[in-house]
Amino acid sequence: MATAAPSLSNLRPDPRIVLRHHWLVRLTHWLNAIAIIILLMTGLNIFGAHPRLYWGDAGSVDQRDRLWLETGASPPWRNPTGWIDIAGTRFDTTGLIGVSQSPKGTTSFVAFPHWATLPSGRDLATARTWHFFFAWVIILNGLAWLLYGLFSGRLWREILPKRAQLTRAHLWHDFVEHLKLNFPKGEAALSYEVLQRFAYAGVTLLLIPTVILTGLAMSPGMDAAWPWLDQLWGGRQSARSVHFIAMAGIAGFLLLHLALVVLSGPFRQIGAMITGRLTIGGDK
Amino acid sequence: MILHRRHLLTALPAGLLLTGCDALTRNSTAKAVIGAGEQATYRWQRLVGRDGLAREFAASDISPTFKINGTHEPTNPEWQQLAAGQFADWRLKVTGLVQRELALTLPQLRALPQRTQITRHDCVEGWSAIGQWTGPQLAPILKAAGLQGGARYIVFLCADDYGGEASKGGLQSASRYYESVDLVDAFHPQTILAHSLNNQPLGTGHGAPLRLRVERQLGYKQAKYLMQIVIADSLAPFGGGKGGYWPDRGYEWYAGT
Repeated sequence: MATAAPSLSNLRPDPRIVLRHHWLVRLTHWLNAIAIIILLMTGLNIFGAHPRLYWGDAGSVDQRDRLWLETGASPPWRNPTGWIDIAGTRFDTTGLIGVSQSPKGTTSFVAFPHWATLPSGRDLATARTWHFFFAWVIILNGLAWLLYGLFSGRLWREILPKRAQLTRAHLWHDFVEHLKLNFPKGEAALSYEVLQRFAYAGVTLLLIPTVILTGLAMSPGMDAAWPWLDQLWGGRQSARSVHFIAMAGIAGFLLLHLALVVLSGPFRQIGAMITGRLTIGGDK
Repeated sequence: MILHRRHLLTALPAGLLLTGCDALTRNSTAKAVIGAGEQATYRWQRLVGRDGLAREFAASDISPTFKINGTHEPTNPEWQQLAAGQFADWRLKVTGLVQRELALTLPQLRALPQRTQITRHDCVEGWSAIGQWTGPQLAPILKAAGLQGGARYIVFLCADDYGGEASKGGLQSASRYYESVDLVDAFHPQTILAHSLNNQPLGTGHGAPLRLRVERQLGYKQAKYLMQIVIADSLAPFGGGKGGYWPDRGYEWYAGT
């Protein structure tokens, strides 16, 4: 009779290949990536139709007391200044926000530059239809990911920070390791570190649900169907403001995420998210 | 240097993807696929909120000024002449798939049971304003005319010509404003034909003498300068065939969004 096999993985020589990401995680990850980029870019185009944010139920150019963020341009028109006002403080953003260069090299007075928006030129109608289509994608995709995470237990094992990781010493250690660009190697690469867990949990369980709920709260039809939707945020214009702030959080995560993927070995990491297979061990 | 090359290698597909997207937004197959989102939204909202009521606010919530958008004053001579006569000769015609056509005067509309509602007006651009609207509900007027079997849409024909906006796509020439709703919104209790805003007769900029209020949809559905209501089985014969001035220019026909 064969004896119970000892853990085979321990006998395998390094480097070895490990199935790191379930197919559903990979699929939802890439669908999410496409949806988020298109939602961000169409959203910036939509913002350009009324580049002001307010608090409360209502708000328009006539109600400046409710205004807290605005973008625009100032003369001299031969050499205009682009700016963003946030809570009464003006920042010069010429070239980026308020005033930028069109692809033809002419001066453009859109809120966000052509390379950051979809479509690249001002087109509220198209931006909206794309935004709402990918809003459906991100909602359905997110639900699929969430259900998988709940039923497989991956949400607790992989995404939420572990209790043991929540000590001050552990958090500080992980922070320092990130600053030194020391990334987990070997077996340690098979489980997320605490800051990574905070980032993933923050985006998937906080920021994305927030943009979805604030997005729905801007819909007059949904506000009539579910009257708590806009009141949850203190009114429709507040929901629009929170939508923008949460979007900025997601954009920040996206930049950090891309930077860390590039710094920690982009081919290995992106490959793992496409094929599911991660090579571990054999590190110098 | 290696890092630099890796940056380029990851940035290149992303750049290609985005230039591709810009071209895709003009592709008709892509437009049809993306348009499925609007259908999904329409069906979803009819499922979860068919009879939902838009929130009604307190008098203290009324916005100090209600922004005028779209047409500020129709140039159409017929409307100009009616306005010069204080709309005494104006009639709201109700035609199409009805048992009997109607031609209602302003005093007749004011004599019907009135509804007053303080609601939030949400412009597609992003801003909102709160105002108090007064007028008869649309439902009893439709019942008085009597809808025929095939009726599916209520189309609102307006007096104003509005100019196309190149940046917004779609039809570019100036054309007559119109809008339309389905029967669910037409018979909704908050769907009224408003003749007053904040206890004052509608001003020229707000759509005198009568405008539609369909409170669960965006601002461009609130057709101003109403002249005629047509009950129809199809939207194809009107304007560009998409059911409204802005829908003809790429915006959602169902603007409960």
